Amino acid sequence: MEKKELKGKEVRLMKGNEAMAEAAIRAGLDAYFGYPITPQSEVMEYLTEQIPLRRGLVLQAESEVASINMVYGAAGAGARVMTSSSSPGMSLMQEGISYIASAQLPCLLVNVMRGGPGLGTIQPSQGDYFQAVKGGGHGDYRMFVLAPSTVQEMVDFVFEGFKMAEKYRVPAMLLADGALGQMMEKVELPAEGSLPHVIPDWATTGKKEGRTQNVITSLFIQPEKMEQINHTLQAKYKAMEVEVKSESIDTEGADVVLVAFGLVARICMKAAQLAAEKGIKVGVIRPVTLFPFPTKVLADTSDKVKKFLVVEMNAGQMVEDVKLAINGKADVQFYGRMGGMIPTPEEILEKLESMMK
Amino acid sequence: MEQFLINPDCMVYDNHPVTLTGEPFHYCPGCGHGVIHKVLMEVVRDLGIQEEVIGVAPVGCSVFAYHYMNVDMQEAAHGRASAVATGIKRVRPEKFVFSYQGDGDLAAIGTAETMHTVNRGENILMVFVNNAIYGMTGGQMAPTSLVGMKTSTSPYGRDAASMGNPLKITELIAQLPGAYYVARHAVHTANAVRKLTKAFKNAFEYQKLNRGTCFIEVVSNCPSGWKMSPVQSIDWIEENMLPLYPLGDIKVPDPKTGEPVLVHKN
Repeated sequence: MEKKELKGKEVRLMKGNEAMAEAAIRAGLDAYFGYPITPQSEVMEYLTEQIPLRRGLVLQAESEVASINMVYGAAGAGARVMTSSSSPGMSLMQEGISYIASAQLPCLLVNVMRGGPGLGTIQPSQGDYFQAVKGGGHGDYRMFVLAPSTVQEMVDFVFEGFKMAEKYRVPAMLLADGALGQMMEKVELPAEGSLPHVIPDWATTGKKEGRTQNVITSLFIQPEKMEQINHTLQAKYKAMEVEVKSESIDTEGADVVLVAFGLVARICMKAAQLAAEKGIKVGVIRPVTLFPFPTKVLADTSDKVKKFLVVEMNAGQMVEDVKLAINGKADVQFYGRMGGMIPTPEEILEKLESMMK
Repeated sequence: MEQFLINPDCMVYDNHPVTLTGEPFHYCPGCGHGVIHKVLMEVVRDLGIQEEVIGVAPVGCSVFAYHYMNVDMQEAAHGRASAVATGIKRVRPEKFVFSYQGDGDLAAIGTAETMHTVNRGENILMVFVNNAIYGMTGGQMAPTSLVGMKTSTSPYGRDAASMGNPLKITELIAQLPGAYYVARHAVHTANAVRKLTKAFKNAFEYQKLNRGTCFIEVVSNCPSGWKMSPVQSIDWIEENMLPLYPLGDIKVPDPKTGEPVLVHKN
């Protein structure tokens, strides 16, 4: 089939999942491997329709286990590669992600979270925060984790995710939820081909004469060597801290600061408006990168603000990192809904009012 | 005319080819892996494709294959070698890609990947080393262990009724339309080694055609796991393994049409 020309900048109305897929093509995706799971199947559907007409390749694998290992192989061979899934599927990928982290391969992973545990529900959730930011699989490793709160950010963070993954040779994750994946918003799509990719010299592309063999491995049987690899990884995670991103809104002089990521941060902004009408000054801090975590912003804010309310679509996961950041300097409370339920601004307001009593 | 004590054709252990790193094998005395590594890498040398080969070695005794095979390689998780090889081949279709897997890896934990890789007809070579036991972990029962075979997890012998039957996955694989060339070989005699060499050559030649998966089982031994001397293990292959796992071509391309045809019915 004739490949079409590269697409230029464009403004479109798009569903989150399809916007991520379009962004991936524009970001120079070489290969996508995936397995269908609600609520993110549109990613692969969109790619299987578009890629044959444009560039790259897409392959529906026999399982998430196979998908993530195909990602490992293709990333090891130097390609710009991604997969996407939702919570139960991400669980299946954890072993592979641990291997990818240890072998220091760049790739982009998308988790459009749904309610769990178990098969759970297909409704939105943030129940995989721990899995995303603490490692998820076995061993000491981290991913670069970005949490979009709009469809526009889903597009932007596909580019950012590839960039960070390749800069630090780590798996990058875009941690969204089922509602973001399914909602339609206006997006500005960057021009295709704006993110150049060079095949790295460590990739397995065939041992050319004069260079030593390239080996992609996570096996370091000597404990001295394995510890050294661990030190390398930890140093890298430390270095990634300069990339931390967060958004602070009206935190100056606030009675309470809401802390939330992703979609919930938008709900919190609405709750802050409602609170203002009731005379409560409420600020919002939105961690944009979940790893690295905006520890300093939270710590600095807690020098002045003495009440924090963390709101999540889970039983309280990010709240642990907020507490670690604030380190006892302020009162940190939690409000959450689970199992696919979304907190309303009114519920959050009620909680804020109770904190002011 | 110079007289050879041994016919040079029969020399398995000639000088190291450039396609081997020269690192001494860590395999147990008498193990077939060393010979299979050597044969595979000699073929890569003879075909002049060292710069074009990418190998995959998953968990198992041969997980360190990249220490010995002097080509670009990727280690893989247990059972996932053919998925990793798929990822490589799909983004580097002009390269020769092979996986080198044991029986536990390919026929137990990786069965789904094995079947689907071949069913998609991935243009790779899958080398399947069948020694009917889990060697690396210390001699546990494998999917290919024979009925009655004593292993550390079948200490009274493999009981088919409760532990299942030996899985002849190569015959299953041959049924799939994506399988282009399927054969079973061994390395327990010089003659068998010669035949395996030819089979590896064929497989790499076929890979250029982009017609489907080449799958070569190598019936091997595990003197340590089988609790035998190397010589006893060779006899045991002849007496016990080969009746169940007979050697020869199973599916080969028809010389006239190029279409793969089942030739060996078990």
